[in-house]
Amino acid sequence: MTVNGTTRTRDVEPRLLLIHFIRDELGLTGSHWGCDTSNCGACVVLLDGTPVKSCTLLAAMAGGRTVQTVEGLGRDGRLDPVQQGFIACHGLQCGFCTPGMMMTARWLLDRRPDPSEEEIREAISGQICRCTGYENIVRAIRWAAGHPEGA
Amino acid sequence: MTAAGGTEPDGSGPLGFGPMRRKEDIRFVRGLGTYVDDIRRPGMLHGAVLRSPHAHARIVSVDASAALAHPKVRAVITGETLRERGLAWMPTLSADVQAVLATDKVRFQGQEVAFVVADDRYAARDALELIDVEYEPLPAVMDARRALDDGAPLIRDDREGQAGNHVFDWETGDAARTDEVFARAEVTVAQDMLYPRVHPAPLETCGMVAEVDEVTGKLTIWSTTQAPHAHRTLLAMVLGMPEHKIRVVSPDIGGGFGNKVPIYPAYIATIVAALVTGRPVKWMEDRSENLMSTTFARDYHMRGEIAATRDGRILALRVGVLADHGAFNGSAQPARYPAGFFGVFTGSYDLAAAHCRVTGVYTNKAPGGVAYACSFRITEAVYLVERMVDLLALELDQDPAGLRMRNLLRPSQFPYRCATGWEYDSGDYPRTLQVALDRAGYPELRREQAARRQRGELMGIGISFFTEAVGAGPRTHMDILGLGMADGAELRVHPTGSAVLRIAVQTQGQGHETTFAQIVAEELGIPPGDVEVVHGDTDQTPFGLGTYGSRSTPVSGAAAAVAARRVRDRARIVASAMLEVSPDDLEWEKGRWFVRGDPDQSRTIKEIALAAHSSLDLPEGVEGHLDASCVYNPPNLTYPCGAYICVVDVDPGTGKVSVRRFVAVDDCGVRINPMIVEGQVHGGLADGVGMALMELIAFDADGNCLGGSFMDYLLPTAVECPSWELGETVTPSPHHPIGAKGVGESATVGSPPAVVNAVMDALRPFGVRHADMPLTPAQVWRAIQGRPLRTDLPCH
Repeated sequence: MTVNGTTRTRDVEPRLLLIHFIRDELGLTGSHWGCDTSNCGACVVLLDGTPVKSCTLLAAMAGGRTVQTVEGLGRDGRLDPVQQGFIACHGLQCGFCTPGMMMTARWLLDRRPDPSEEEIREAISGQICRCTGYENIVRAIRWAAGHPEGA
Repeated sequence: MTAAGGTEPDGSGPLGFGPMRRKEDIRFVRGLGTYVDDIRRPGMLHGAVLRSPHAHARIVSVDASAALAHPKVRAVITGETLRERGLAWMPTLSADVQAVLATDKVRFQGQEVAFVVADDRYAARDALELIDVEYEPLPAVMDARRALDDGAPLIRDDREGQAGNHVFDWETGDAARTDEVFARAEVTVAQDMLYPRVHPAPLETCGMVAEVDEVTGKLTIWSTTQAPHAHRTLLAMVLGMPEHKIRVVSPDIGGGFGNKVPIYPAYIATIVAALVTGRPVKWMEDRSENLMSTTFARDYHMRGEIAATRDGRILALRVGVLADHGAFNGSAQPARYPAGFFGVFTGSYDLAAAHCRVTGVYTNKAPGGVAYACSFRITEAVYLVERMVDLLALELDQDPAGLRMRNLLRPSQFPYRCATGWEYDSGDYPRTLQVALDRAGYPELRREQAARRQRGELMGIGISFFTEAVGAGPRTHMDILGLGMADGAELRVHPTGSAVLRIAVQTQGQGHETTFAQIVAEELGIPPGDVEVVHGDTDQTPFGLGTYGSRSTPVSGAAAAVAARRVRDRARIVASAMLEVSPDDLEWEKGRWFVRGDPDQSRTIKEIALAAHSSLDLPEGVEGHLDASCVYNPPNLTYPCGAYICVVDVDPGTGKVSVRRFVAVDDCGVRINPMIVEGQVHGGLADGVGMALMELIAFDADGNCLGGSFMDYLLPTAVECPSWELGETVTPSPHHPIGAKGVGESATVGSPPAVVNAVMDALRPFGVRHADMPLTPAQVWRAIQGRPLRTDLPCH
């Protein structure tokens, strides 16, 4: 599969979950393992551009496809506006849900460059944050919408 | 709004307090945090825990031979393995003992029975299936109210002399005087209420990597701990290892909320596995293990009674509590407070008398109790008193805001000693409530509610006023297993004027790397970007009790401020030598000492730091360098407060509750970084919505945990949470060096009663007085029908 623009080839057990492939095989530990039941979204990555919960997908199912993780979010050494927004608006505290939230935010902004608060809340409603009460995550995504080229 | 207005941490930033972007964020947004599960060591093995499927059963035999024959398995550790090493049992933080791996019986579903070590995490899980445990099931005690019955199954037959399931009795206040006030009161109201069992559920579960250096024998552990120093000391005691041969590292932690205060059995098993195999071992629990076996919160069965005059003067409170502590008494709290700080149930009101009795019992449930940002049970206390005040308002047909305003403590009463002996340090309660009422537009909300009721719509307005007591605590009466709750801090100013601060507490998301740098910046007048904060590593930091109970700012924050002032005092002497004047002739302004009456004659901290390391002939009183340390023993707790107003809409057809608005006005004294304070409040408000409406760890009659995954244990998402509306008042703590109070748990403590009061207010047309949390659609619908459920045992 292609991960963050690089082709990766491995022989894996059929049962290996994508999240464990990304973390343990590729050493990309920015995506997190949080719940096993597709409820928390700490493991969200983009698969062919669409957010998926990588704890509920076999690594083999992603074979030949394109995966983007938080490590591939910035471009040319610059932070993505979403990343900048999370810093500017205090959109993270412990940081554990943050990569998954940011991947979904990127997907949303790619489709709806100027989302309403309600649309943002709906977009991240499959993901759990235990620290922020979501307020500043929503503001961070709004910030990114208002700064499409970053700060 | 302060967010987005922050300055860069490496820029000129505020020279002290104010909104400032967090120094820690850059690594997290790039996916470069280092959580325990991110740590990989050469040759590392993986552990997995075999857990009991039964709530109560005798262990007949454990046969691990098939697991040991698995080609990828390196070791299987059982209770017998540990017994040989004297490690089958370990002390809890409440001076009880807890089984590490069960040898005699299992006492709750999910209890640890065996530990497998294998080459990878999948193989370790596979091998669990190969361990054959024969159990003889026993009747389980799942209802705390039946735990003390004659003939109830005895859970703790391991404890010599333990005849029943009784853990402790504790009381506070004046029983006789309270009875007397009640006997004469014009109005009394009573209500039974359950604060159900919930779980802190940090997004990162618990885990550890343990490694033993084969040359030095030194044990290094990277673990999900909120209290690295306390863990090191306890591990030294439990393992019989010298404390200097143990290093505990708490790396980036994915949320704590009290879940990561205790030492869990699998930590011991992981360390033993590293010792047995001679290789690093990682153990990371999954979500079900986290929800089913690690520390829960609450489970308080309370009966409240409130006495008042007919015209609404609150006189007294009388409370009885049955506390479900699970199978082992593992509550993490100061030793002399078996019910935590529940004693501040007198709340924010001037009472003539109060009394409370708490009885703790064992049940066949996971141990714990003090967690989930509860400030050592003040969550339960605030819920009780704020529900009772609302019930009194209902009885008297008075407005709950007016009733509170009439009875709140007045500013002139501070410092105020409450009826149970706690000395509240400061506050302006009426003003805090008024700011919240103004912010909410309270009269207009009541008018809107009346109009909606006319149309058959269910709108509710709920108020809660809370007083917190945080920053444990004065070491003469607060300790955990004999460790006094004072914290150290060490500050070193480098020759070129930047600094490193080593603190005893660590962060699980609270932003210590930023706020503690701001404390030093405020005191020394150097940019916070020039202050590195070192934390979470026992080899690198001074001793202290850890981050929980909102104690970091009240205790370690004070230690940092005092250490910085000691640096400043030292700098004054050095500056006097540089300027050839007496230290008494120097005055301080942020960042420099100057000659009184001649402000051009001055030396900055940067200049002084270099001189302190130079060949300058230093006067008496300084040895050189600008280092200082402090061990801060707080003289009292700090007492933050807040006024919360929740507006809900209830669907009469389905019972679904929607939180439309939530106004939160907090007074936590001086705010070091208002952006971070507001973030802490936001998170706690979401907790309150979750606990009030969704979250529940329940059990069926056989002892099966019904909240063992996020499909069953429901947490609020962005669509259940409104956009929070915050406000503030600032009443500095008179005894804290910078006037700050803790805030990390205020909103979790204060918000649940506001939500429940709002729902009960919405249901008033149906004559509903009370229904227990969580107020799920089913529970609300049943309440409307006049039959609210008992939520802790839904199958009964």
